[in-house]
Amino acid sequence: MNNFKRRDFIKTGLGVAVASLAPSLLVSCAGINKKNANSIGRVVIIGGGYAGLTAAKYIRMWSAGNIEVVVIEKSSQFVSCPLSNLVLGGSKTIHDLTFGYDLVQKNHGVTWISDEVTAIDAANKKVKMKRGEVHYDRLIIAPGIDFMYDTLPNLETTQQEIPHAWKAGWQTVNLRKQLEAMHDGGVFLINVPRAPYRCPPGPYERVCQVASYLKAHKPKSKIIVLDANPEITSKKGLFTKVWVEMYPGMVDYRPNNIITEVDVKTKTVKTDFETVSGDVLNIIPPQRAGKPAQLAGVDNADKRWCEVSFITYESTVVPNIHVIGDAIDSNLPKSAHLATNQARICASAIVELMLNRTPDPAPVFANTCYSFVSDNEAMHVATVYRYDPNKKIMIAADGGGVSLKPSVQEGNYAQAWAANIWSDVLT
Amino acid sequence: MKYSIFIGLSALTIITSIAHAAEVISSTEALSNTPHIRTLASSCAACHGSNGNAISGNAELAGMDSAYFTAQMLAFKDGSRPATVMHRHAKGLNTDEINLLADYFSKQNRVPGHVPKAQTLKAHHE
Repeated sequence: MNNFKRRDFIKTGLGVAVASLAPSLLVSCAGINKKNANSIGRVVIIGGGYAGLTAAKYIRMWSAGNIEVVVIEKSSQFVSCPLSNLVLGGSKTIHDLTFGYDLVQKNHGVTWISDEVTAIDAANKKVKMKRGEVHYDRLIIAPGIDFMYDTLPNLETTQQEIPHAWKAGWQTVNLRKQLEAMHDGGVFLINVPRAPYRCPPGPYERVCQVASYLKAHKPKSKIIVLDANPEITSKKGLFTKVWVEMYPGMVDYRPNNIITEVDVKTKTVKTDFETVSGDVLNIIPPQRAGKPAQLAGVDNADKRWCEVSFITYESTVVPNIHVIGDAIDSNLPKSAHLATNQARICASAIVELMLNRTPDPAPVFANTCYSFVSDNEAMHVATVYRYDPNKKIMIAADGGGVSLKPSVQEGNYAQAWAANIWSDVLT
Repeated sequence: MKYSIFIGLSALTIITSIAHAAEVISSTEALSNTPHIRTLASSCAACHGSNGNAISGNAELAGMDSAYFTAQMLAFKDGSRPATVMHRHAKGLNTDEINLLADYFSKQNRVPGHVPKAQTLKAHHE
């Protein structure tokens, strides 16, 4: 008996040693010792993208290692979507944007499972995978997006011919190679899916990157943009100006144009209004929450996105399951920076909840999103968002907005943004 | 056996006193280390690194003098210091938040930011 007591004191003593380095964590340790000296619970995170990795790291940090974190990810490498349009422009390669998962595991004691989720048993708090299962106290689903092929079914099996390149990887390289193979005077045909979709300014940035490449190497070529939306959905004035001033006569922008049919062989698309052909097609399908969210049944908003509390990011339909990143139903843009912000609000709330404390009732965070208009010039949209307790959503605070014009200075800031967010998320 | 109880009691005394010290600290100095401020501060990481340890030349917020931090943010907020993007962030924050962020970052240790190494994309990746 005394031995047990002695061991408990030793463990408590270790807790104090850790806490004395960071006094603010002492309360956490006191709370932990009441329950279990080693861990106060396990959080399982599905998805190792910007959101999932950030949640993993910050739960470990803010719980002083007292919450066990398990990440399930099927890919063995992280490929950044931000900056991946530069692969099309030619100033980056896909290998510049590819990283391993080793440092976040090693530096923060995150348990890693390389596997694919097959089922989620919310009643018994279990995640089932191809090669096993794991129990959770709280589950975070950070599944990213999935593509909806119901209106364009033939595109699902012809991605080699017509890539979306909307998840950075080999499709990005494929699209670049198609542009390299296109003749001078060819037509690059790209669409913008109806909002909401991942990265609102992304398709327009892509137009700039392709235009930058074509202007330098194939100046007789054209770009046709079929936008399902009534107007450019982000940084409208800036993109319009850039197309006119930097790439005059090259970009043919057509709003309110939803693609209804694609003939892969002839590279021809039909919309409600017209039939258009191109030499290189980049069709970006409409999007919904990724598969794990579908498996958990948390995609309750039109069977597309996941409704959550913006205080805890807990699903409004399944308790103890939180959803973060592009998969959530939100009035905010689906950006990598916002995904990391949601991840940290969620991480902080979970730490507080597991210590039987109250999460921050009014979170505030900032979003900065850069778009490259050439190989070295960029422009931003930046906004602080503040929780509105009446509307129960995040609302843009005063002062947000976009650049006056793109610049090399902001291009450098955009590169620094990437370096810092990669450092924060991946190490 | 008596020896172990003695150690236990000593440890208990230490724990109690440190807990008391922590309470005193939390009531005076550690207002900035609340969930509200730690998450707000962490949203700066995309440009200023983890806990303000920036890489790539952006302002290093970790260990920055709190008076200097506050003065710069207020200057961004009222426009007296020109900026490309920081005025947008400063205007969205209230003075209390700026003061608490200043306190939070001034207390972060300066450590070299980790830089993940880029690698070749494997053939089997999506």
